[in-house]
Order: sequence, then C-alpha cells, then structure tokens
Amino acid sequence: MHVQPKIVVIGGSWGGVKASLQLLEDLPANYSLPVVLVLHRLRNQEGQLQELFDLKLRLKAVEIEDKDILQSGYLYLAPPNYHVLLENDQSFALDDSELENYSRPAIDVTFKSAADVYGDQVIGIVLSGASEDGSSGLNYIFGKGGTVIVQEPREAEIETMPLAAIKATPGCRVMRLTEIKAFLQSLHVN
Amino acid sequence: MKLSSDVLFEQDVEVLIKEIKEQYGYDFSGYARASVYRRIKRFMGQKNLQTLDELREPLFSDSFFFENFLQEVTVNVTEMFRDPSFFLSLRQNVLPILSTYPYIKIWDAGCSTGEELFSLAILLHEEGLLNRTKIYATDINQKVLKQAREGIFPAKNIPASTKAYYAAGGKREFSSYYTSNYGSVKFNSELVQNVVFYPHNLATDSSFNEFHLILCRNVLIYFSRNLQERVLTLFDESLVSLGYLGLGKKETLVMSGISANYNPVDKVNRIYRKLN
Ligand SMILES: C[S@@+](CC[C@H](N)C(=O)[O-])C[C@H]1O[C@@H](n2cnc3c(N)ncnc32)[C@H](O)[C@@H]1O
Repeated sequence: MHVQPKIVVIGGSWGGVKASLQLLEDLPANYSLPVVLVLHRLRNQEGQLQELFDLKLRLKAVEIEDKDILQSGYLYLAPPNYHVLLENDQSFALDDSELENYSRPAIDVTFKSAADVYGDQVIGIVLSGASEDGSSGLNYIFGKGGTVIVQEPREAEIETMPLAAIKATPGCRVMRLTEIKAFLQSLHVN
Repeated sequence: MKLSSDVLFEQDVEVLIKEIKEQYGYDFSGYARASVYRRIKRFMGQKNLQTLDELREPLFSDSFFFENFLQEVTVNVTEMFRDPSFFLSLRQNVLPILSTYPYIKIWDAGCSTGEELFSLAILLHEEGLLNRTKIYATDINQKVLKQAREGIFPAKNIPASTKAYYAAGGKREFSSYYTSNYGSVKFNSELVQNVVFYPHNLATDSSFNEFHLILCRNVLIYFSRNLQERVLTLFDESLVSLGYLGLGKKETLVMSGISANYNPVDKVNRIYRKLN
C-alpha cells in the first residue's frame, strides 16, 4: 500500500456488535490508528455498548462527545441519536439532523465525512446488518481513493448490508473477519 | 490526503460565509464546519445545483431562496420530551428548587419549532408552577418561532411523544393536552400563555435578562469551540446565582472557562447549577 491510512471507520447493524468485537479484540492498546465504529442502536438506549467494548477490547472504548479529539489507541462509538461528523482539525462534531437510511447515527454520514477530511487515507469497513446504510458512504470513500472492505456476506449474521455495499462498489475487497483482522493488524506501526 | 477539490470547496464556503454576513447579516463564521459543509451540499442536492457559484446566484438575488437556505443550514430537528431522562431529572431535581421562588424566569434558547417548549410547559403545569413562570423562547430562525407559537405538530409523532412523556414522569392523560385535527395536533394554548417568543441570535446578540433556568439543547453542537465559549459566557451572564443550565445529551460545560463556577446536578443529563 502506498498511502499510510490515518483512520479506520466501521459500520454495522444487526450482527454488527458481535462482528466488530471479534474484529477488534486483538488490536493492541496502542493501536496506531483511531477506530470509529457506527452501529445502529435502539433509540434512547444508553451506554451499555461502551462498557461492553471497553471490557472486551484492549483499545480504550469511549462514546463520542462533541468536539472530542481523535487519538490512536481509542475506539470511538457513535452515540445513540446523533450523526457523527469529522472536522479538519481531527475532532468530532455531532449532528442531530434528519435520520438517513432510517438511522441516526447513519453509517453513510460518517463514512462521507471521513473521506472529506482524510481523502485516500481512510479505511472503510462494512459489517453485518439488515439495512443498506453504509453502501453509498463506502462508495464515496472509494471515489476518493480510500480502502474499502466488506465482510464476506456468507459469514455475516445478516448479509443485506454487505451485499448492498458490494453492489454499490464492485471494486471493494470482500474479506472474512479473520482476514480483515489480520489486515488491520498489519497496519499497526510501533 | 484530503482531495484538492474538497479543499477548494471549503475555501469557497468561507467566501460564501463572508458574503452572507455582508448581505444578510447572519454570521455563520463560528459554526462547526463539518456540519455547514454537509448542510450546504444537502441543500444544493435538493435544489439540483452542482457548484457553489450556481448556489450564489439565487442566494444573493432572492431573499426567499435565502430563507430556504437558512432553514436547511440551521438544523431544526426536534421532538417532544427528547431524552426523557433529562425532563425527568428537571422534574425531580430542578423544579422543586425553582418552586421556592415567588416568580420563575426561564430561557429556552434555540427552541426550534416548540416541542421542547411545550414539553417544559407541561412539566411546569404538572408541578403547579406554570402560572408563576415566564418563559422566553428564542431562536435565530423566525419561521420556526412562528410554528412554536402555534403549537401545531404532526399527529404521526404523537405515539413517540406519548411514550416519552410517560418516561419523563408524565402524570396525566397525554391526550388531554392537545386536540387532534386532520393529521395534526394542536397543543393547548394556555400552556404558552406566559411565553414570549422572539428572535435572538446566540452568535451575535447579547444577554437580555436574568433567568433561574436556561435550556439550550442541541444547539451548541453546531458551533465551533470559540462560539460555544461565547454562548456559554452569555448564559453565565444571564443566570442568577444558583441558577440552572440544561444542555443537550452530548454537550458539556467541562471544557469551558465558566465551568469552575458550576456544579453538575445531573452529569448524565447535563444539568448544571451556577454557584455564585
Ligand atoms: C437541532 S435544533 C434543537 C431544538 C431543541 N432545543 C432540541 O434540543 O430538540 C437547533 C436549533 O438552534 C437554532 N439555532 C441555530 N443557530 C442559532 C443561533 N445562532 N442562535 C439561536 N438559535 C440558533 C436553530 O434554528 C434550531 O432551531
């Protein structure tokens, strides 16, 4: 790979919690890229996800607060009822505008914003889910030269989201979780 | 690397922001850029405009078009009893203290179309405080203020509002607060009898009164750190000592210069109390 990635953004819905836990479990506590995870959640459901991820992972898991600065070694979880945007100064901006793809947070919103800020230095990953959210965002990342990965649909708990993403971006890499995991580990620089 | 076309777009937006200020007086220079870019692109998409130059033409020749743009760039999305736990906490932790005052003044800043205002009024009514409370409901956007004054909301939101009302400690039949009419509901206008509505721009206008409670929820997220600081200072100047400030679920005082003079009353629900 020629460009050094700066950020990993992951989207998932139904089955996405399990898949992302599996994907991220072995990443070291000082993993060199910030990881942003957008999962569709039930409305008005509070923090439990953050606790779960923080417990199971070596990365420090936090629920994003407005204006938080992106740091390596962190897993940033999109909070319920807010879209997550990124600013040029590597901070987060939250937004409570209209739902997209029936969702807030919407994966597309964060994928597009990351691609606007980081161009080809984004790694976008779409995991299991019963929604088409993420596919247009993934395509947008692809259009700006970023790396786009989709979980192998046959392995996903629900294949709808991976299939939609593959359809929108036939040039994406389709990989099993273990392969994506190895890829993410290969990006770690000490 | 960020694409040069995106860099150019963003530079052009800076020019546009200056021009809007010169021609219309609205100052967006302190707004969080990520959201501004997204809203402008969204608006252009709706109007089928490809470039900022194509947007500029109608924007500066047609004030109705600009009104439209303003609607779109300032996000107005809201709902009744949004974050029910916030309203429950107001009811349990703040209103009992406010009830010790003979006369209560509240500022609902960035009230949008009024769902938050009516939620608050219902709470005050149920706690027996409404008739000695005056609420100032303000927003930058005149159009949403007009809607707020009318108190007419889409009937399709009622199931969610009803659920949120009970989660916020609601004690009555929720339907006793409104009458239904062809897909809309109109809330009892007595709820807003003591409310004054007027335009106030948090980015440029100053403090205009003293309050026991200020609500400003999901407005600060659209501002840069600097503008957030300006607005929080404005609130600080507008609160009586021991007054309360309620922010949105993901907004905080912690990073701000005024935080030393505030105690969290409810950390999760972002309710703070001024010390002196
Ligand atoms: C997302 S709504 C929040 C509504 C409500 N407070 C809530 O939490 O549901 C944001 C509101 O802030 C208003 N707003 C944006 N910029 C403003 C400014 N500079 N001064 C006052 N209000 C502003 C918008 O017009 C909009 O009505």
